[in-house]
Amino acid sequence: MPRFSDKFRYWALVLPALAIMIVFYIWPLLGIWVISLNEPVVGLGNYAKMADSNAVKTSFVITFRVAFVTTIGCLILGYIVAYAISNFAGRVKPLMIALVLLPFWVSVLIRSFSWIVLLGRSGIVNDALRGAGIIDSPLRLMHNEFGVVLAMIHVMLPFAVLPMMANMRGISSSYVDAARGLGASEWTAFRKVYFPQTMPGVMSGALLVFVLSLGFYVTPALLGGGRVLMISEYITYQIQEFLNWGLGSALSVTLLVATALVIAVAARFVNLRSALLERG
Amino acid sequence: MAQSTFRIFFSTGAWLVLAFLLLPILVVIPVSLTDTSYIGLPKEGLSLQHYAAYFQSPGWMAATWTSIWIGLVVAALATAFGTAFAIGCWFLSDRASTVARWILITPILVPPVVQSLGFYRFWVTLGLIDTNFGVILAHTLLALPYVSISVFAALANLDRRIPQAARSLGASVWQTVRAVVVPAAIPGMITGAIFAFIVSFDEIVGVLFITVRNVTTLPKKIWEGIQEDIDPTIASVATMLVVLTLIVTAIRILRK
Repeated sequence: MPRFSDKFRYWALVLPALAIMIVFYIWPLLGIWVISLNEPVVGLGNYAKMADSNAVKTSFVITFRVAFVTTIGCLILGYIVAYAISNFAGRVKPLMIALVLLPFWVSVLIRSFSWIVLLGRSGIVNDALRGAGIIDSPLRLMHNEFGVVLAMIHVMLPFAVLPMMANMRGISSSYVDAARGLGASEWTAFRKVYFPQTMPGVMSGALLVFVLSLGFYVTPALLGGGRVLMISEYITYQIQEFLNWGLGSALSVTLLVATALVIAVAARFVNLRSALLERG
Repeated sequence: MAQSTFRIFFSTGAWLVLAFLLLPILVVIPVSLTDTSYIGLPKEGLSLQHYAAYFQSPGWMAATWTSIWIGLVVAALATAFGTAFAIGCWFLSDRASTVARWILITPILVPPVVQSLGFYRFWVTLGLIDTNFGVILAHTLLALPYVSISVFAALANLDRRIPQAARSLGASVWQTVRAVVVPAAIPGMITGAIFAFIVSFDEIVGVLFITVRNVTTLPKKIWEGIQEDIDPTIASVATMLVVLTLIVTAIRILRK
């Protein structure tokens, strides 16, 4: 009897947060599925329209391509940073970690603004290149996928570095030492012994960056200038410009399902619990 | 010890990547000091006119205060709800509580535009569109995952036998929570509260959907500024936020 009432009390602590999350978050999210099947007419019309539309197809292709390139970029750059911090940073380690975390604390909006200032037609990069006589007419550095991907890598990089660093912290140096002692070169020991051990961290980083990139709105909307229409921007377009709630909701449901599928596939390679639920 | 090419490659690479992370953020500083009326580097001299414009603009000031006080309310609410949640789950540690923890972190994974659509439709039926309370509620939901994750992480270091000992010595559940578990959770609560404040202070997509004219937060004002006319006032706001972040980061490094 006392054990039962204890359990009851613990649930009393859990329930308020859980209840507001279900009522005000999960429930409205389910509402989107209903809208996609009900507006303007009941049925699968919105999904049929979506499947027929070339614009939607293009938008999904762009979304996955941008998310993919961003993920690869973040993994390569992030790995180098995580490796250097974990293995030979020495006294400057806190400084390096702070530099990784710093962009986290500066809002995505401000970081995107910085990139606009840098990459615009009369932005700092173009001005500098023209001033130096390297180019005659301004380069197109934004309002294209290049600008979007560059800024997105900048935004997403910490999400790749942190899981990789957490993983590398747990790797004992004795395996690499043994390989080196047996005559392997530094590169070979890295490639054959160290790198395979870091795969869990790489995969967690890849999952986080890819999932966040799929649904990203702010940076593509500001740096893309309407020319790199990722699916999130396409949805707001449908709703704000055309008040097309049915199609917008159907697209949202599809994006949600796509995200869930990516996570489900990733679950085979990544320990979701440590990647999402228990990250420090 | 001789530097191998291997080490040189990774060290140089790492510093280049860190420069790539830091330098673009810093460009807002010279731009904010421009003497021109458009975005660009200073031409003939430095000027504080865009800072003056910020502090003299009732619109920018109101938006800043709105963001600060909403952020503080959200931090308090999310920390209270999220801490209770994490402590309850820590005691339970069963399958049902793990499911509850997964439910609570969904806002991290759902695309911002999709959740904002959900908020918009539901807030219309509740009459919460364009109200402070509507924004606070939405932001509290978005901040809850961060609080629950950091409090749970802090409790991972708490030995389960300590609250058990308190209980067997006659303390009630509430006394145990207050005297034993909450003190252990405090570092996580502080991290969680800071995260919650920042989530709210930086949040933009939700605010674009659920507010009209009545409620304007700082990110919304910046967003509108970028969309309509790129006004150097944004650079001055950005510079102040960046410099504040740099100072806080520097203090944290030096204190270690």
